[in-house]
Amino acid sequence: MDWGIIYSSIPLLAVGLLATLKICSLAIVFGTLLGFALGIGSLSHYRPIRWAILAYVDFVRGTPLLIQIFLVYFALPVIGINLNEYWAGVLALSLNAGGFICEIVRGGINAIEKGQTEAAKSIGMRQGQILLYILLPQSLRAILAPVTNEIITLIKGSALLSVISVYELTRAGQAIIAVHFVPFEIFLLIALYYYLMITTLAWLSRIVERKLPIW
Amino acid sequence: MVAQTSSLLVVENLHKEYGERTVLEGLSLEVKSNETVVLIGPSGSGKTTLLRCLNYLEYPTQGLISLDGERIGTDATGKRLDETLIARQRQKIGFVFQRFNLFSHLSALDNVAIGPRKVLGLSRPEAQARAMQELERVQLLAHLHKRPNELSGGQQQRVAIARALAMRPKILLFDEPTSALDPELVHEVLEVMQALSAQGMTMVVVTHEMQFARDVAHRVIFMDGGHIIEQGEPKRLFEQPAQQRTRQFLAHLKG
Repeated sequence: MDWGIIYSSIPLLAVGLLATLKICSLAIVFGTLLGFALGIGSLSHYRPIRWAILAYVDFVRGTPLLIQIFLVYFALPVIGINLNEYWAGVLALSLNAGGFICEIVRGGINAIEKGQTEAAKSIGMRQGQILLYILLPQSLRAILAPVTNEIITLIKGSALLSVISVYELTRAGQAIIAVHFVPFEIFLLIALYYYLMITTLAWLSRIVERKLPIW
Repeated sequence: MVAQTSSLLVVENLHKEYGERTVLEGLSLEVKSNETVVLIGPSGSGKTTLLRCLNYLEYPTQGLISLDGERIGTDATGKRLDETLIARQRQKIGFVFQRFNLFSHLSALDNVAIGPRKVLGLSRPEAQARAMQELERVQLLAHLHKRPNELSGGQQQRVAIARALAMRPKILLFDEPTSALDPELVHEVLEVMQALSAQGMTMVVVTHEMQFARDVAHRVIFMDGGHIIEQGEPKRLFEQPAQQRTRQFLAHLKG
């Protein structure tokens, strides 16, 4: 074990960690917003909307994240959208998480007892109001744990952004390894960084879950 | 008794089929303003389906429903209205469910206020004031801030009635409102309904509470097999039923 290298790597990796935190935070916010929008949209009365969302979710679930990252980074420029690797990374992770969160939200809302919808209808609520004011608030608690899982998957998936040379945690580690050739120490350290990020997140999620009332 | 005037609710030739199964077969019915009508009949006779068709919780397969001269659910050519327009029409048709169906994440007060607030567009204080007024009517001012799971069944059902009333409906539909209640809680709901009837609320009630039908209904309708078999004043219908099937049904009730 080369402790000297490990000590000197900590600040270098911290730069990468910060980038990972930034990218993931953005992707979590966008992905969650997208996921909720798609999930609510998938319960729309308008068939074209439902079909479009279904097709999107099918695509996201049916293709590897790595390929999706490549598509956003290399294929979007073909249709005239040029993003740097940082924003391409954020976009790819958001789009991916959005698809999965959509299914979680849809499932959570569908699990609410039918009588709630009927009662809301009986006082003249429209479909959108029923979703927003009645079904969504009641499903939040059930949605939280699986959404946390999805966010954890997103954080782990962000390591793949190293392939489009986003200078995030994994990429930062690879750079150090390339110079000093100490893969074992560095990957161990990287693993620890990811582990700490994810356990902190899981811990926060449990606290929030406990605060949410059971209905 | 409040004077009964013209027909508020008119149902003509109503059909409801689920695939092969016919639940309502060309049913017609009129309900006058201020009238309390009780629907009785064996299970599967179509009472609940009829009630649910009246506010389009179920879409009738065929037929015409109109409330206060306005066609419900269809336009003048018989074409189904857009769901948004049907939602607007439902505001005027209150519905009380067998299993209460209170919004489980909201307090009693918010359960009643949410309709006026979100559907009628009242301000928050206005909606809350109206909710308080309706909750007072069902004697629940003491429980304003309780969630449904902190209330007894009878209290929940009274909140549900207040929720329907807060929309200022032209008619109230009750679908077996006391069937899910413990026996000792039935009376508190029936008392509220009796008071509403006395105040002139137009009501259609599906129930197995025959005493309520005798005491409160202006008219009792006996349904079987998706048809109205017989109807009339409660005293006449219970004591001198004209139809064989009505007699059989009433005999079964007495056990």
